[in-house]
Order: sequence, then C-alpha cells, then structure tokens
Amino acid sequence: MRMVKQGYIRPLDFKNGRVDMSHGAGGRAMAQLIDELFMRAFDNEWLRQRNDQACFAVPAGRMVMTTDSHVVSPLFFPGGDIGCLAVHGTINDVAMAGARPLYLAAGFVLEEGFPLADLKRIVDSMAGAAQQAGVPVVTGDTKVVERGKADGVFITTTAVGVVPAGIDISGSRAQPGDRVIVSGTVGDHGVAIMSFRENLSFGTSIRSDSAALHDLVAQMVQAVPGIHCLRDPTRGGLATTLNEFAQQSGVGIRLTESAIPIRPQVNAACELLGLDPLYVANEGKLVAVCAAADAESLLAAMRAHPLGREAALIGEVFEDAYAFVQMQTAFGGARMVDWLVGEQLPRIC
Amino acid sequence: MKYADEYRDGALARVVAEKIAQAASAQRRYRLMEFCGGHTHAIARYGITDLLPSNVNMIHGPGCPVCVLPIGRIDSAIELATRHPVTLCTYADMLRVPASNRFSLMKAKARGADVRLVYSVADAFKLAQENPLRETVFLAIGFETTAPSSAQAICSAYRQRLNNFSVFCNHVLTPPAMAEILGSAQMRRTGAAQIDGVIGPGHVSCITGSQAYESVAREHRRPVVIAGFEPLDLMQAVLMLVRQLNAGRHEVENEYTRAVTRAGNAKAKAYLDEVFELRPTFEWRGLGEIANSAYRLKPKYERFDAELRYGIGYRQAREPTACECGRILRGEKRPSECKAFGTACTPESPLGACMVSSEGACAAHYSYGRFREIAEASA
Repeated sequence: MRMVKQGYIRPLDFKNGRVDMSHGAGGRAMAQLIDELFMRAFDNEWLRQRNDQACFAVPAGRMVMTTDSHVVSPLFFPGGDIGCLAVHGTINDVAMAGARPLYLAAGFVLEEGFPLADLKRIVDSMAGAAQQAGVPVVTGDTKVVERGKADGVFITTTAVGVVPAGIDISGSRAQPGDRVIVSGTVGDHGVAIMSFRENLSFGTSIRSDSAALHDLVAQMVQAVPGIHCLRDPTRGGLATTLNEFAQQSGVGIRLTESAIPIRPQVNAACELLGLDPLYVANEGKLVAVCAAADAESLLAAMRAHPLGREAALIGEVFEDAYAFVQMQTAFGGARMVDWLVGEQLPRIC
Repeated sequence: MKYADEYRDGALARVVAEKIAQAASAQRRYRLMEFCGGHTHAIARYGITDLLPSNVNMIHGPGCPVCVLPIGRIDSAIELATRHPVTLCTYADMLRVPASNRFSLMKAKARGADVRLVYSVADAFKLAQENPLRETVFLAIGFETTAPSSAQAICSAYRQRLNNFSVFCNHVLTPPAMAEILGSAQMRRTGAAQIDGVIGPGHVSCITGSQAYESVAREHRRPVVIAGFEPLDLMQAVLMLVRQLNAGRHEVENEYTRAVTRAGNAKAKAYLDEVFELRPTFEWRGLGEIANSAYRLKPKYERFDAELRYGIGYRQAREPTACECGRILRGEKRPSECKAFGTACTPESPLGACMVSSEGACAAHYSYGRFREIAEASA
C-alpha cells in the first residue's frame, strides 16, 4: 500500500528571508508564518485551538476594553521596540481604569520585503513583554501590503480587563483640592526616540521607559481605592494628560515646576531639540489625581513599587471654569501649560 | 543642566527683582520693548512679568521672522510650490502661516505640492545634492541670525555648481526695523506706542555685534540693552535699562557678553557681504515698506535666486480686516486687545502670523499668559 507523503515546506528563513505577498494570502505560506513565528512565540491554550477567535469565561463585574495602533519610527530604539511598546501601551490603557488586564489581541500590517529577522525580533519582544506582564495574546491577524504601502510593520493591539469592585476611576472625577501625582521622570520615551532619530548622544544614553504599569496600579488601588483619575501620559506628554483631566472634570490644575521629575539628560536633549519635556511622550509613567487626604498614602504605595520609585507630588486641583492648567515656574513667575498646538513629534508610538 | 540652570535660578531672580523694584522710580513708567520674538517667548514662558514692578511694562516687538513676512511673500512661496516642478524646503512654522484666502503651504502640501520640512538650509542643500534631477528651493526667512547660513549654502552651491539648488530669499535686517518703530513719521501719525527703551536681540547681535544699534540709540535717544534668552538675562537687561533711563542715558549696552561682542562675527559678516546686497525697499507685515531693510542675492549669484529663476513677482496682499497683527507688531496693541484673539484667531486656526510662530506675541500670550486676563477681569 502506498503512503501519501506529507507535503514538505522549507522552514522559514529567519536569517535572510523577507515578507512577501504570499505571507498574507491565506495559503500555506501564511499558515507557515503563523505556525513558525506567532504560534511559537505567543504559545497558549487559546492559540493552540487554532480558531479565528479566542473563547474565554467572563468574570463578574465591570470589564474594560481598549485598542491602540502602533506606528513608531524607528522600529527599534534604545530601551525598547515596537513589539514591547504595543503590549505595554495597550495593557496600560486598560490599567488606567484601575483594571486588571486579562487578554490581548494583536493585528499586524506587514510591508512586503520586510526582513523576517526583524519581524521575529519584534514578535519575540512582544511575547516576552506579554509573558512578563502575565497577559496572553489570545488571538491575532496578519495582513501584508505591497512595498511602499506601509512602513515596515504596524501593530494594533486590543486588550480586555476587569475592574475590581468599588473602583471608579475616570478623567472626569478630579475635584478642587485634589492632589496631582506623577509616577516618575517625564519625557524619557520621546527623547530616546528623538535622540536616536537625530543621532544625538549625551554621554549617558537615554532609554525609553516603556513598561507595563498594571502591577503598579494594582498596588495603588489597593492602598487608595478612591483614586479619582489615572492616565498614562503618552503622546502629548504630561501637559496633554493634565489638560484632558482639567477639561473632562471642569477644573483648573496648578503645577509646581520644580517638583516635576525630569532627568538632566532629557532636559538637555529637549533644550537642544527645542522641545518642552512636559509635552514629550512617556510609555511607562502614569499621572494620578486623588483627594488631598489620600496623597501621602498613595505616594508611599507608588514609591514602594519599582516603577513608581521616583513618584512625586507635582500639583493640585482648583476651581476654574476655564479649565486651565497653570504652573508656578521655578524662576518665580506663573504661566499656562496649554494644549499642544500641531504636532511636536511625529510617530512616537 | 549646566550652563542653563544658572540662568534660570529662582533665588537669583528674586535678588534681581528686588534691585529692579528699588531702582524703578515710582514717579514714572518704564515702557520697554523686547524686540526679539525669542525674548517674548522667554518672558511668557518663565512668567517674568510677575517679577517686575507694575510701572515696568514689557511691550512685544516685531522680532519674529515668521510674523513680519507679509502675506504677499507667502502667496509667492505657494505659487512657487504649486506652479513649478520644485521641492520647496521650509521651517515647520512657515507651513501654517495663513496666506491669501486662508490658504497656506500646509494646505498646498496636502493638495500635492512637494513641500518639505527642514531644520536648516543645510538639509535643503543636502536634498538638492541627493536629487540632482529635482530642483530644490529653500524658502529662506529670518534676520541676520539665519542669513549667514543661507549665504554660506549659496557660496557652496556656486563652488560645487549645484545648479538644481536655489534660495527664495526673505532675509530681513534688524536695525532698520528698530529705527522704524522708534521714530518713523508713520508711527507718530498712528499714535504708536511710547517706547522708553529697547531690549536688543541676542542671536542677531552675535552676528552683527552690538555696534549695529549705536546709531539707532543715538538718533532716537533711546537706550538699547542686548540680552541673552535666559530669564535672568532678561531681568538683568531690564535692570540695566531702568538704570540708563534714570540717568538719562541712551547707550547701547551688552548684557549678553558671553556671546555678543561689539564687532560681531567677522566670518559670518563676510559671507553676508559676499552673497547679499540690500533691497532698495521691502515690505514688512505691520511696518509697511522699509528702505534698505532686506537682502537679495548679488548678480554674481543670481542663478541661485529663486525669484529670478522662476520669475516670481511680488504682489501686495490684503491682511484680514479683523487681524491686528500689524498694530501688535508695532507695539501699539497688546495681543489681548485684538478682538479676534482667542476667538476667531487661535493657534489651531490662526488669522494672522503672530498666532502661528511660537515666537509670535499672540501665540506666546495665548499659550502661556491668557489666564492673566481672566484673573484681572474677576479681580
């Protein structure tokens, strides 16, 4: 009796191979890319079922869901890459509701000709970040577009999470008298990317702060369940997040410039590039607003966590129908910290 | 940050503020114009006016290169980018400046014109070198600060026969504008702002030297103090002006000694002399035609002159009627006194150029200072 031979496919060449149109065409080549790259890297019980969707039990209570597209350029930068950024950014958006992130989904848009070696590096970095965060990538999608129709790789990630009972965090809950706390130095991510793009070096290199903040948030809500607002100041930086809080809550915010933690290298780079560090993106920081009475215990809880060690109280909320963010300058005057006009740094995340 | 924090020290600022308060006579006002947009920006950003006595007032000057370019020149740049097969290189601020009919280079770009953002003329030069079959034009704007680098690029293009490179030259000069503001007949007719003293430009003076303002100070009997861009520089310059005014002096003094000399930068000035000649007259937004106030390329370099190469004429264009940029640039009005400020005219949808550049008086006031009016109104 003759046996039907198993079809042989040469393994993907992760050293010199490149993405071609067949990797997105739905045929064997696509199945191979999924098997040899995505399945191996993200391996978990949901992916192993090989369905077009992940099926899981829904916990009781309130759920949160968020999505984020990542188009950062360059794809690899000091302190991270588009892969870990795509995991951290989306986990953080879930965490900023005070929620525990449960599952991730990932969509890839690949440009024809993109090196498989780079793709593997990115996917491995994503898988590492997801594993470290304890949030599995349970479903995904891959598309390939012709050369020139995208820039290497774009990644969209979606996450769902669950909010612990009794937590109600929203940008609209800031009240006059509240305190504003930031979890650490601002501007690191944007400056790391810009200095890499502009080929600047400052003796000590500046690294992106890309990190998943859900564990820090879990400790924060445990210490102070009544936190009013939480947000990660990504694009547009600290200034934009505070303006969002002010507008959503219909309050004014007054900052103390000298209290805002900024690394000297970041300050120097901003000086050179003509940027204001308050508007530069972060990927591993958060801003919290809480009642004045809770501020000390919240600060203590943050400083006890590795990602909040440099947490600082930077300002307070006051009544202001105009919802302006103002700042007492270190020099001794006052000024506004307004909404960003136009685009300060393109394709930062 | 070393070499910067020293000039932003709050404790020192209080010492200088105290000295100003002591020096300023309660019997009079001190109306001081900071000529330069960089100074306007620093004053707003550090909240310097909070540290000055109420009778020492800062008046914003016209020293923002984006702001003083008349609409007609921007119309010309748009015409260049849309009617000719060229790559037009320019600074980011220029993209958003409203031209006639609320058009702009950014809108032209969105409709397919090849407009590129650059940080300096060197980027445009490199682009021309890398694309020898494509004509590349640099939209040159700025005072004596940026003019030498344009001149140097033109010299290099001449030497290297980089014939696909040219410059649309809109470089303007500081001293004629300062003289115009301090004393022209037109100013007197329009009831221009009374200006007692001037904080002179810092970066421009690195090139020109402090001597460039000596005749202006003498003729108009107004003291000029050249200042750096850090907040303590400005505080110190205010103190120096107050002291000169108290003593009835009108000299050029230099606070910015770490960068500015009396003679200026000889090498940069040599480049300017080599490449540029004075235009008999040039229109400034807000100030009108000022004789001998702008550069054009000398005949030797005319093939790098985009105006000649593409036959670009100049047509005067009407300013939007609601926009008070002109009077603000002359120091006659404060940004908040313009009816359009913060309503029809905001950084997101500017009517006039002063709301576009971060050095523009309206943009600086909108971004950093507009909470003050509310505090004043409710007080």
